[in-house]
Amino acid sequence: MRLVTVSGPPSSGKTSVIINVCKSMQRQRIGVGVVKMDCLTTNDDKLYTKAGIPVKVGLSGNLCPDHFFISNIEACFQWGQSQGLDILFNESAGLCNRCSPHIKEVMGVCVIDNLMGVNTPQKIGPMLKLADVVIITKYDIVSQAEKEVFAFRVRQANPRAHIVHVNGITGQGAEEAATLLQAADEVKTLSGKRLRFSMPAALCSYCLGEVKIGADFQMGNVRKMQFHK
Amino acid sequence: MPAAKKNPQSDQASTQTTAGHSLSLQTIFADDTHTTGFFEAAGLPHPTKGITLQHYLHQLEEELLEDLGIDREDLVNQLACYLDHMKTLQAGNQLQVSSVTIAGGQNKHGQPEAVTVTIHQGEIVCIVGPTGSGKSRLLADIEWMAQGDTPTKRHIFINGQVPDKSWRFSLEHKLVAQLSQNMNFIMDLSVSEFIEMHAESRMIPKPEVAAKVKEITEQANALAGEMFYWDTPVTALSGGQSRALMIADTAFLSTSPIVLIDEIENAGIDRKKALDLLVSREKIILMSTHDPVLALMGSKRLVLRHGAIQKVVTTTVQEQQNIAPLQQLDELMLSYRHRLRSGETIDEIDLSQLMGR
Repeated sequence: MRLVTVSGPPSSGKTSVIINVCKSMQRQRIGVGVVKMDCLTTNDDKLYTKAGIPVKVGLSGNLCPDHFFISNIEACFQWGQSQGLDILFNESAGLCNRCSPHIKEVMGVCVIDNLMGVNTPQKIGPMLKLADVVIITKYDIVSQAEKEVFAFRVRQANPRAHIVHVNGITGQGAEEAATLLQAADEVKTLSGKRLRFSMPAALCSYCLGEVKIGADFQMGNVRKMQFHK
Repeated sequence: MPAAKKNPQSDQASTQTTAGHSLSLQTIFADDTHTTGFFEAAGLPHPTKGITLQHYLHQLEEELLEDLGIDREDLVNQLACYLDHMKTLQAGNQLQVSSVTIAGGQNKHGQPEAVTVTIHQGEIVCIVGPTGSGKSRLLADIEWMAQGDTPTKRHIFINGQVPDKSWRFSLEHKLVAQLSQNMNFIMDLSVSEFIEMHAESRMIPKPEVAAKVKEITEQANALAGEMFYWDTPVTALSGGQSRALMIADTAFLSTSPIVLIDEIENAGIDRKKALDLLVSREKIILMSTHDPVLALMGSKRLVLRHGAIQKVVTTTVQEQQNIAPLQQLDELMLSYRHRLRSGETIDEIDLSQLMGR
């Protein structure tokens, strides 16, 4: 089975892109499925089901979604195998810009949208910078110039990636993205594979349920802002 | 998946030696803001002049790299790859497209699309047909340079030949620039800042940028009815002014040889002049429109139905002559618009000038 990790900021259009790409793959009789990871709740499983795509949902609740993702991805992979899929998509929201969800030797996709503004690409870390494919959505409602500048800035932030434009509403570009994603390598097992970069870290009193404010309650991995006079 | 796949995952640091470490930052910086742009995009400090890449990398703090999610060795690969792209971009538009040929495939029901159309530089071809007739798919086929590998099974030839497959994902070889009524400016910039930013991403040399700003602003103003200035915020432009700026910007700053237009609003912009401008810049123009004045300005019309080009209509001399009275009709409508706008009433309608023809 092949695995594709898809991540990107909330509301960038990940689900729409995956559905459109899956439809194109289904037309070619490729067996596709999705694991959707979210924080509190999601309705996207209904969208996938409606599109005839097998789906599993994982909710991270009060855990860091990135850490939740990596601790569960193996089981997700096994679920995909048990379903006899050819390609499994893992959709996870990049809730912080330092997210680092991509795995070595596994196709990694980042979805970002043109409405985020041209300075966004430089604000996103490994999620964008180490992706194999960057999919830009909502490009049809900004000027051609802004579309070109945005793509250029993505190029600056990630010179290696393939950059594709996909319209999540009409599906334009999905066929093309599907061709790219089909080229993902076969994965036999995830066990022993490595992340492309370490995930954002925190292990402090607040991770463990502390709610009070004040130096006395801060323990562990804590960092302070610098204020110069 | 050539470049994208090999590098980021490879555990061995074998790739980093050749390309990057021999680069001295002084040489890289010889020209420009673009390498600086790379470090900026990475969130890294500006290298001081004269420092070698090796030295620069060495002095970067581990904690900063960890924060940013950057691997020191990999950064060299990224930079080398980036510089390659910039070289291609700087080489300018090497893609001289003098014609695009659409060779028919099949419609939604699998029946053959028995049409081959060639569109030349400086030509305007219109696309007509009901919603869902396959207009977007046709445009997507052109953009993707389809080779029988899309649902329509069409083939697209550039200058009569099969285009290089690598162009498909190359930002530097984007064939198609788009202009549609749904497009907006979302950036909080003035007209000149906007054009400068676009010019910068096109690697236009700094000394030439001011001239570009002037040229584009002037040309856009020549298309728009109401004057705007270099310091007008782009978000404050009217619909017509916005479209005028987008068209002038596309004419002068977009490398894409093909311009795809999805209607042009019928107010606040001289549409004939707009098309003339694009034609004078030797663009290939494909225009999806149901406005007779615009549609008759094309040399031919592709009529779409059920996902295929059903027929190709060549604009006749009679049709061309009919543009003038249609335009008069248009102007009459516009004059009533204008009256409404200035608070007047429309008590009588004078059709005599039209009847006089």
